[in-house]
Amino acid sequence: MKMSGARIVLESLKREGVDVMFGLPGGAVLPLYDALYDFPGPLRHVLVRQEAAAGHAAEGYARVTGKVGVCVVTSGPAATNLVTALQDAYMDSMPIVAFTGQVPTHLIGNDAFQEADNVGITRPCTKHNYLVKDTKDITLVIREAFHIAATGRPGPVHIDLPKDVLMKQADFEYPGNLHLRSYNPTYEGHPGQVKKAAKAMMRARRAVLYVGGGVIGADASKELQALAELTRIPVTTTLMGLGAFPSDHALSLGMLGMHGGYAPNMAVYNADCLIAVGARFDDRVTGKVDQFAPQAEIIHIDVDPSSISKNIKVHVPIVGDARRVLAQLVEAVRQEGVGQTPSLVREAREQWLRQLGQWQQKHPFRYDWDDELIKPQYVVEEISNLTKGEAIIVTGVGQHQMWAAQHYRFRHPRHWLTSGGLGTMGYGLPAAIGAQVGRPDRLVVLVDGDGSFVMSSQEMATIVENQLPVKVVVINNGGHGMVRQWQDIIYGGRFHSIDLSASPDFVKLAEAYGAVGIRASKPNEVVPALEKAFAIPGPVLVDVMVDRDEFCFPMVPAGGANKDMLLERPNKDVKAKAAKSQTGF
Amino acid sequence: MQNGHGVSKHTIAVLVENKFGVLSRVAGLFSARGYNIESLSVGETLDATVSRMTLVVRGDEFVLEQVVKQLHKLIDVIKVTDLTRENHVERELVLMRVNAEVQHRTEILRTADIFRAKVVDVTPTTFTLEVTGDESKLNAIIELLKPMGIQELVRTGKVAIARGSKSARRRSEEPLGKSADAQRRRRDVESSQDPRVTGFVD
Repeated sequence: MKMSGARIVLESLKREGVDVMFGLPGGAVLPLYDALYDFPGPLRHVLVRQEAAAGHAAEGYARVTGKVGVCVVTSGPAATNLVTALQDAYMDSMPIVAFTGQVPTHLIGNDAFQEADNVGITRPCTKHNYLVKDTKDITLVIREAFHIAATGRPGPVHIDLPKDVLMKQADFEYPGNLHLRSYNPTYEGHPGQVKKAAKAMMRARRAVLYVGGGVIGADASKELQALAELTRIPVTTTLMGLGAFPSDHALSLGMLGMHGGYAPNMAVYNADCLIAVGARFDDRVTGKVDQFAPQAEIIHIDVDPSSISKNIKVHVPIVGDARRVLAQLVEAVRQEGVGQTPSLVREAREQWLRQLGQWQQKHPFRYDWDDELIKPQYVVEEISNLTKGEAIIVTGVGQHQMWAAQHYRFRHPRHWLTSGGLGTMGYGLPAAIGAQVGRPDRLVVLVDGDGSFVMSSQEMATIVENQLPVKVVVINNGGHGMVRQWQDIIYGGRFHSIDLSASPDFVKLAEAYGAVGIRASKPNEVVPALEKAFAIPGPVLVDVMVDRDEFCFPMVPAGGANKDMLLERPNKDVKAKAAKSQTGF
Repeated sequence: MQNGHGVSKHTIAVLVENKFGVLSRVAGLFSARGYNIESLSVGETLDATVSRMTLVVRGDEFVLEQVVKQLHKLIDVIKVTDLTRENHVERELVLMRVNAEVQHRTEILRTADIFRAKVVDVTPTTFTLEVTGDESKLNAIIELLKPMGIQELVRTGKVAIARGSKSARRRSEEPLGKSADAQRRRRDVESSQDPRVTGFVD
């Protein structure tokens, strides 16, 4: 059957099981919106207010559902606005397919109105991208794009659609089996390597599992728990890996890294065997590289071979899907015989777990209570209590993000959305939209900062228009808190460009958008405000006026070693040292 | 993890889909990761849907490992081979226009003869020479002709091919693709025992 390219795009999306997309129309992509007008769905279109939000919403949707998120924007400025979201998805391995409009093929390269070299711009920030030059290629390109986005190490794929390609007619026939000779990810772990890893784990006395977002992307939480419980190896997660392992589990150490806990960082420093799963040894995790797990035999399980031995030399690399390799490892450990560990090793391991328990008790995430000023950590703690760890938590980027990561007690995978790799301020609100659209049955709480929130606050309109019951909690300290913290500790208190006291009244702002606004200014107002917000069925913003002077600890000054983490506000000498050792960024 | 030790030059052959934009993907990878390409040449293979690139890269073993892995990661890359690790032949072609004043003409021709260079264009005042060879041979002839005055010079960049029967087999019967690699390696081991297969030296 012949149909327009635009219709072919929609039919192809339907075949890929897409039922919602996030987008914003414009000149070059209008044929697609024209085809949407009478397209017999189900294909919901959520109109965002700025193009980057379409990308972040697709990311949020992908994270909570495990499906590929889809967004559509027009050419030129829309495509360039989308770039941040593409890079964000690339760094955090989020499967999304992004469509952009493009000027008609005969005008490409002509500096036409709203033209940009879209594929040239997105090439380094996507897993793959396409410029479709012929209407009859659309189906195959879309088929490939969804396959590439969702398989291997997931990531964003961008498809650029010139206007005439959308308007011309072609036959629609959706391709079935797909074979890409140049793309065959490895899923099964090499049996010899798996055996080697199992042996290393069995003889280790101070082993640690270091787990990242890859475990969540591969839906491998069950297998991870099975392995941890079978071997009694404690688990620390990265920022992206929060929720991969229940935080109330006896073997859970919590988050490691720059703002991670004392126990997990010391555990990794002292470990004799480190099993990294779906994590990529990011500089925010490792700190000074040669002080990261310096005594450990390192096993690295990752679906992306280029992540292995990129930052740190790995002794036992295993390329494969986290879920399958973990299952293989469980099997291999069983075969090795768990019970046959020599008593000396067994004793050493028990001693290790006791030591970790002591560290955890000695240095938990903590803050000082204040009767007058709201401590931001307290707000997160109460959100955690009220939602019992069942809510989907979304954040922006900054201090509030770290406090949320530290103080929320995560219980499930795919319930934590944050911009980890790229650190995109303004990620929160649109990602929360995607999350709520993907999981209408779940309570979605956005913990945002006042700096981050205003970077995409226009999306309040999207939330209200679609009556998405997102609860926005603004941790309002009237400034760029994390920058302030760095300027204080590392730059000798030379504060600059951190004051946001000219922000609007967020309660009134929420009301202006048609949402409910609530303010909490005293510690005893926090719980009532949150309770009220969670009880209201529609979108609510809670503006929490927190202590402006609160810092986020523990903290490893960039470039420093994790074992030298600052646990509390440093004195002059420590600051001077931090400033001097500032070799990172 | 770049330790700066053991930096060496590597010749890498990359089979890629013959599609628009592939060259910029490869070039972009190098610039984005801060690796240097010393030379790069591209051309079609017998299969018109596949192009072959020859890259010369300098780096230590960690850089090289990443280069190969990152190249593999590109969706349009079919196969990556570090030829430096195996027995191979490298060639480069140079075209140069040399001042040929009367007193130098015989010497230039004699030098060309020694290096088996061809004269591809003659004018009353110049010779244009075509030379092929490995890097050291080309550098040598360039040094010898410099005193006469080289007006213009162009190098193709290195191309390289593995010695032995591999390439012929690959062309005739093997399916291309990353998953076929293991199978191919097995067959290569078998074929190396074949007495009819001998390398050649030119």
